[in-house]
Amino acid sequence: MAEVDESSKPMFAGLSDVSISTDIPVEGEINVPVGTSSQDDEYSTLDEPVKDTILRDLTAVGKKFVHVMYPKKSSALLRDWDLWGPLLLCVTLALMLQGGSVDSKEDEGPQFAEVFVIIWFGSVIITLNSKLLGGTISFFQSLCVLGYCIMPLTVAMIVCRLVLLGGSGKVSFIIRLLVVTASFSWSTFASTAFLADSQPTNRKALVVYPVFLFYFVIGWMILTFSQST
Amino acid sequence: MASSDGNKNTNTEPWGGFDDNIIQGTGSAVIDMENMDDTSGSSFEDMGEMHQRMKEEEEVAAEAEATEEETGEDGEFLGMKGIKGQLGRQVADEVWQAGKRQASKAFNLYANIDILRPYFDVEPIQVRNRLIESMIPIRMINFPQKIAGELYGPMMLVFTLVAILLHGMKTSGTVIREGTLMGTAIGTCFGYWLGVSSFIYFLAYLCNAQITMLQMLSLLGYGLFGHCVVLFVTYNVHFHSLFYILWLVIGGLSTLRMVAAIISRTVGQTPRLILCGTLAALHMLFLLYLHFAYHKIVEGILDTLEGPNLPPIQRVARDLPVVATAAVNAMNVTVKTLGVILQSH
Repeated sequence: MAEVDESSKPMFAGLSDVSISTDIPVEGEINVPVGTSSQDDEYSTLDEPVKDTILRDLTAVGKKFVHVMYPKKSSALLRDWDLWGPLLLCVTLALMLQGGSVDSKEDEGPQFAEVFVIIWFGSVIITLNSKLLGGTISFFQSLCVLGYCIMPLTVAMIVCRLVLLGGSGKVSFIIRLLVVTASFSWSTFASTAFLADSQPTNRKALVVYPVFLFYFVIGWMILTFSQST
Repeated sequence: MASSDGNKNTNTEPWGGFDDNIIQGTGSAVIDMENMDDTSGSSFEDMGEMHQRMKEEEEVAAEAEATEEETGEDGEFLGMKGIKGQLGRQVADEVWQAGKRQASKAFNLYANIDILRPYFDVEPIQVRNRLIESMIPIRMINFPQKIAGELYGPMMLVFTLVAILLHGMKTSGTVIREGTLMGTAIGTCFGYWLGVSSFIYFLAYLCNAQITMLQMLSLLGYGLFGHCVVLFVTYNVHFHSLFYILWLVIGGLSTLRMVAAIISRTVGQTPRLILCGTLAALHMLFLLYLHFAYHKIVEGILDTLEGPNLPPIQRVARDLPVVATAAVNAMNVTVKTLGVILQSH
């Protein structure tokens, strides 16, 4: 900067006393971070092979499934929430519940979009309800819990389909009813174990009822699913 | 405190005008507000003016500095070459910050669910009590009855009604041409709750009734409890006479409760009649509609246990009321005649 001043036009000569002179040392850091890529590799996941990424995500999802199967008071589901599991379950359930072909005159079963919308909008409404009632859980954590707890119902759907393959009569209906009832109560119990902790103690019933209704509707859709011939 | 400089100039009369006496006189009881100039500092307006002037001076000074910088260093110094760009960047930055502040203010105002929080502040025991009370009409109509303003109970009741409707539609094999089962159920229930509430609130506004929108929503929502009970029973037990009895008794009780609450808040015979007639008619007719539109008729033939085994042709027809069938027949006849007429041409 000082050299520039000296070679500038004479009309700025009067400003020479305000320009920076050479004997004032320049202070500050102008280090450009070079060659720290070895440190960055630990934190950036952009360079790792795709297999690693997928496996890591799948293990996380799998761990959460195990937590739903054995609902204990653990915070793993809440701490690192993700929406992969709920999406997977929702798509599987919706695909399996899809009834009839497009050309059939009788629109017996719910369509894919219907099931999808029910699950996601139902979860959003339950989350809003629990927040309005004074819950301390965040929006996406609640969505994550509700989505993962659909897993018993998906298992029940698979079982029901297998049972229906064997024939549909009174016996099969009773088996299906039992399976769906068991899985629906399991779902409600599992999600309550995670959600109710975030509520004040005397309002737990107010939060549990919409969850019960939500899983009841899904269970009802599973129970009344009939294979169109 | 007022300077008399400005006033001396106006004193053109040879006999010395009135102004001098008024301003200079310390014993005067009259203070001429017009002649008080801006340096008095005692009135609020003057303070405001002073502040305004100070701000303007600041801004002018700032602008002067800015323009000075701009014209003074017009790219002469290599190091300061970007000063114009820096100014532009600062302005752009400030515009961005202001825009962001506006957007977040609007978002916090409208998308804030905390607005609804007080309406969900209930205990389970309160909800249970209100559910039971919604079936018990209170006879006190000369004094405004207390109506709870909460939204949790009504919302849960609407969703329960949706679930019950779904159950009814499924077991009756209702065929929905356009739309989905779920969409129809949700649309019907929420449409009734919100639409009829708004309509009755509007009528109440016209008839000068003392009821707020929140109270109306709450009242009608709790009135759906009776509907839920009746539909739940009659979708599973199929006796027409049972349905009519339940319709009159349970539907009637919940309607009476709502009607009494509204009468107690309205003055005058005609407004009371209008409001209560409308509400009673809509409420009772809605229950009738819900039953007959999604009802499965003949008990014993169509059983959900053996649903999948029946070929489609054996499904029984829906139990439409007589009027509807007559209308359908009339329509068929007219279409057939039209077809004949067209064919003959």
